[in-house]
Amino acid sequence: MSDVFVVGTDMIRFGRFPDRLVEDIGAEACLMAFADAGLGIADMQAVYCGNLGEANRAVGQRILRHIGQTGVPVVNTANACATGATAFREGWIAIKSGLYDTVLCVGVEQMGRGLLGAPDTHNGATIEGLIGSRTMPSVFATLGMEHARDYGTTFEQFAKVSVKNHHHSTFNPKAMYQFETPLEQVMGAEMISFPLTKLMCSVNVDGAAAAILCSEKKVRQLGLMSRAVRVRASILTSDPYTPHNFALMDFNTITRNAAAAAYDMAGLGPDDINLIELHDCFATAELLHYENLGICAPGEAGSLIDRGDTALGGRIPVNVSGGLLSKGHPLGATGIANIYEVTTHLRGEAGARQVEGARIGLTHVVGAGSACAVHVLEKVGG
Amino acid sequence: MMLPTDAPSLAPYVKIGEDGAPYIEGLECEACGEIIVGDQRRSCPKCFAQGTLKARRLAQRGSLYAFTVVHRSFPGIETPFVSAIVDLEGGGVVKGNLIAIDPKDVVFGMPVIVDFEQVEAGDARKAYVRHVFRPDGQAGAKEANR
Repeated sequence: MSDVFVVGTDMIRFGRFPDRLVEDIGAEACLMAFADAGLGIADMQAVYCGNLGEANRAVGQRILRHIGQTGVPVVNTANACATGATAFREGWIAIKSGLYDTVLCVGVEQMGRGLLGAPDTHNGATIEGLIGSRTMPSVFATLGMEHARDYGTTFEQFAKVSVKNHHHSTFNPKAMYQFETPLEQVMGAEMISFPLTKLMCSVNVDGAAAAILCSEKKVRQLGLMSRAVRVRASILTSDPYTPHNFALMDFNTITRNAAAAAYDMAGLGPDDINLIELHDCFATAELLHYENLGICAPGEAGSLIDRGDTALGGRIPVNVSGGLLSKGHPLGATGIANIYEVTTHLRGEAGARQVEGARIGLTHVVGAGSACAVHVLEKVGG
Repeated sequence: MMLPTDAPSLAPYVKIGEDGAPYIEGLECEACGEIIVGDQRRSCPKCFAQGTLKARRLAQRGSLYAFTVVHRSFPGIETPFVSAIVDLEGGGVVKGNLIAIDPKDVVFGMPVIVDFEQVEAGDARKAYVRHVFRPDGQAGAKEANR
């Protein structure tokens, strides 16, 4: 089976574009990725499109109406917050199988503002607030409290994640926000669900990102190897049975399973990773995933953030893009935006936020329901 | 407890017994012994055995596994409240509101009892039965006496 390479990728600056169509935002990202690779829609043998909000409305086909209706197969994916990563992985599978040599993967989302979703109802009544809470902040707040229960992790340690990621995004012109949020500001912001304040919740934005994948034969034929990035692992997991999962969504086991499988497929371990873009939908989540992805031992995530190990310049920088907390979280686009970020570092083109000497990077997304995707990318050229 | 009502339950897994007393219903797998809460299903999600999940009443005591104090929820939802995850004695994990305690006094592992009460809910403000968790005073006293 052929190795699979990213030969072009880009993302639009995340923001709020209520007056634009979802296909227009997606089309813009596709054209940017084509320009990055020096390819066009006519080179694409298939298209994989991730979008959640309009999942039943053929968003991939609508994008092609804006960039060229070549008639190639289009697959639309919907997989919670792993939607974009799932589209990317479907493209990877298609090339890995030998069916295609060049495919386009795009993720796009237009989001409203405020809390995601709507309250659950049963027997005609809203149960939110009467039988606990099912808002995403409350779920991830409770998961943070589970970590506090087991390891004594503090509100301040969780808040430091948000300080770090907002700081990182000041170096990322494509992030929604570019401002510092000092610790007192993060901890003093409106409490949403303890220990999560408003500044510890990801920001809902509109966005799109795209990536072009090629087989090794095709990369060589096109002469694109010097900026190509090899996909060393592509893993997707669903939630296995765990006793608490019904009452409290278990995003830990699903991530640990995905990470273990990804390291196995890539033939390397967490010590080999130079940077990580992980699913910091809430500040608590980032600390949990330090341990789930194996970059520290269970219970050590708090000391990792205290020491600055995961900040730009630290031992293993995490979410140097600003992460979902500050770059923003357009659900269907997030998984491919992560690919763009890591690829940009592996190419040495990340500017002020460049992780020096990065050769191997990891991306992670996890969505409620549940789905988790982990990708390991490797620099190819010298 | 008996409630002077024939109101429907607010959670699918809270059933009203023939005696009128509400209880939390779980499913016990006859093959692997796992106790789960939630909809009836064809196979055990843990061991995959088919047709082995039998309904049973779950305990009305447990311990607090984890919680959060919710300060902002969806528009119109009254806050603050304590959203709690409770491990029931003998198996089963359930979410609900922890009441009758100041949020700052809530501690992991505290013993709780499962209670049921009537609430008004929905646009029509109809009566429903919901489960809640309360601190288990008796168990707490036992702990304190040790």
